[in-house]
Amino acid sequence: MTTRLLPWLFVLVMAVGPLWLGDQYILYVLTSTGIFIIGAMSLNLLLGYTGQLSLGHIAFFGIGAYTSALLSLGFDLDLGGAEPFVLGPQPVWVAFLGGILVAALFGFLIGKLAFRVRGAYFVIVTISFAQVMRMVALNWVDLTEGPMALNNIPPLSVWLPWDGVIPLYRKEYNYLLVLAVAVVCFLVIQRLVQSRVGRALVALRENESLARSVGIDVTRYLVVATVIAAGMAGAAGGLYTHYIRIVDPDVFMFIYTVTMVIMVVTGGKGTLAGPIVGGLAFGILPEVLREVARPEVQWIIYGVAMIVVVFFLPQGMVPAVKNWFAGRRKRVAATALGLRKETSA
Amino acid sequence: MSLALDESAAPILEVREVAVHFSGLIAIASMSFAVPEGEIVSLIGPNGAGKTTAFNVITGFLKPTGGKVLFRGTDLTRLSSNRIAGLGVVRTFQRTSIFAGCTVFDNVLTGMHRQGRAETWGALLRLASVRAETERMRAAVAEILAFVGLSHRADELAGNLAYGEQRLLGIAIALAADPKLLLLDEPAAGLNPSETEAFMGVVQRIRDRGVTILLVEHDMRMVMTISDRVVVLNHGRIIAEGPPEVIRANPDVIQAYLGQGVKHAKG
Ligand SMILES: Nc1ncnc2c1ncn2[C@@H]1O[C@H](COP(=O)(O)OP(=O)(O)O)[C@@H](O)[C@H]1O
Ligand SMILES: [Mg+2]
Repeated sequence: MTTRLLPWLFVLVMAVGPLWLGDQYILYVLTSTGIFIIGAMSLNLLLGYTGQLSLGHIAFFGIGAYTSALLSLGFDLDLGGAEPFVLGPQPVWVAFLGGILVAALFGFLIGKLAFRVRGAYFVIVTISFAQVMRMVALNWVDLTEGPMALNNIPPLSVWLPWDGVIPLYRKEYNYLLVLAVAVVCFLVIQRLVQSRVGRALVALRENESLARSVGIDVTRYLVVATVIAAGMAGAAGGLYTHYIRIVDPDVFMFIYTVTMVIMVVTGGKGTLAGPIVGGLAFGILPEVLREVARPEVQWIIYGVAMIVVVFFLPQGMVPAVKNWFAGRRKRVAATALGLRKETSA
Repeated sequence: MSLALDESAAPILEVREVAVHFSGLIAIASMSFAVPEGEIVSLIGPNGAGKTTAFNVITGFLKPTGGKVLFRGTDLTRLSSNRIAGLGVVRTFQRTSIFAGCTVFDNVLTGMHRQGRAETWGALLRLASVRAETERMRAAVAEILAFVGLSHRADELAGNLAYGEQRLLGIAIALAADPKLLLLDEPAAGLNPSETEAFMGVVQRIRDRGVTILLVEHDMRMVMTISDRVVVLNHGRIIAEGPPEVIRANPDVIQAYLGQGVKHAKG
């Protein structure tokens, strides 16, 4: 019972706590960390559950960011015809959903490709994919403004009973929105991995031949996972783009994928809470360090912290805590049993 | 008994002139045999004879260089391994093959995959039908675990099981896939005599459930006791085929295979 309520208690604390503190900087840090945590959760679906390392995961994030930005700003495309194709600015939520869809579509293509390539080749394909996306964003200046970046991206909006439809300029609202999207993503992943589909994904991770031998169409489920993961990363990208309100090709940088991988691995890949725990720890740590240390030292501490976690808790923080509790329960049960034996004797 | 034999005249599986070449190496020259429905047929032969290769071809893990594999008239050589399992042709592996990081219960539950219908949307919306299906499958898993005698290990991580238990789990996973034809690749390899004895019981009870069995096994006592028919493979060719008593008396077989066993037994 407590384990069922615990996640909701956590959400409640996360919803109320930062607002109650009211510090704009803390809100900013938590919002951007939250966006990355959504990305990390989606990466975990692939890395943690299907066992496929997508080292180009930021590509889906960037595609979501650019698509949502472009749709909300409107754009024209010279396709070589007489008239350029012109699309006016779309409502922000239409743009946001569009970003998710386009990212998911690319996820579908990458997932299909993974049919032929697994393991190391999958890693290479995904890295290259992110690099290609970065080149496109840099060089297709007509569409993306290249290194000049897309500016003045409108914020997301929300309908409030007391205000009507308002654009989300305030940090509080953006923060709550990110939290809400994170909760939805969490529930989607939770329901998925606890289902027949999720068991098929884990079967692919654990033993692909055995999975096929019992009739699991591993390719199909890998595509399902990639599509959902890509769509979620696209949603994170959309949140990012409408929050920061500027997007440039650097959004595709490799370091962001690495950040998400660190969040997943330190928290515990293949666990539901892992990316959240790892994400909070390693998303907030740089901001804390910024207060107390010089830049060079910051990165050294960050790296050492990461190595310490990976070295001492190779499964990640969440499994370590779980094992500790399980061990304690066992010890308690053993003592209870011992007592009962003594009294019955 | 003879009546059952007559009824099962139509083979459930027919291997027709299957050949497998690995870049020059001929693993299987040309292999033809049939498995009558409801029987236990053993495929025996020395190491490297091509038994596992034959299993790989039948279950779609390997495309043959030539020939056909007919399961109730359907050619399996064109189908992917998961489609073949979907038809009810399920195999186990010579090397212990389990989902080591999952619990014993989840291992078998994963094996039930093709008996479920739930897909992404059903799972996300937690439809009532999906929940009912999960309940059904969980009950079936408990039944299978009891059948192979692993109920008491249900919550243990599969990787933590003893070797003999892992072999049993491999069979439980295959059973969960609801096979019509079950291919067992050296299921008793590495087991001690009492474990082997228990294993023979399990295999016979699987057959009694109406599952046809194609068995690859080195333990001759097991093969000769439980098989209805034995196919002997040597150097990629079938050198003998028939009921155990006939095979036991066949000089070629004794020469190629059993002779070694006798020597081992003496030494
Ligand atoms: N994937 C493969 N590539 C090359 N040669 C193989 C491959 N699989 C099996 N072989 C060879 O085919 C022959 C038959 O092997 P196998 O079917 O495993 O024999 P058995 O199961 O009867 O012991 C052996 O000579 C083996 O080395
Ligand atoms: Mg073999």
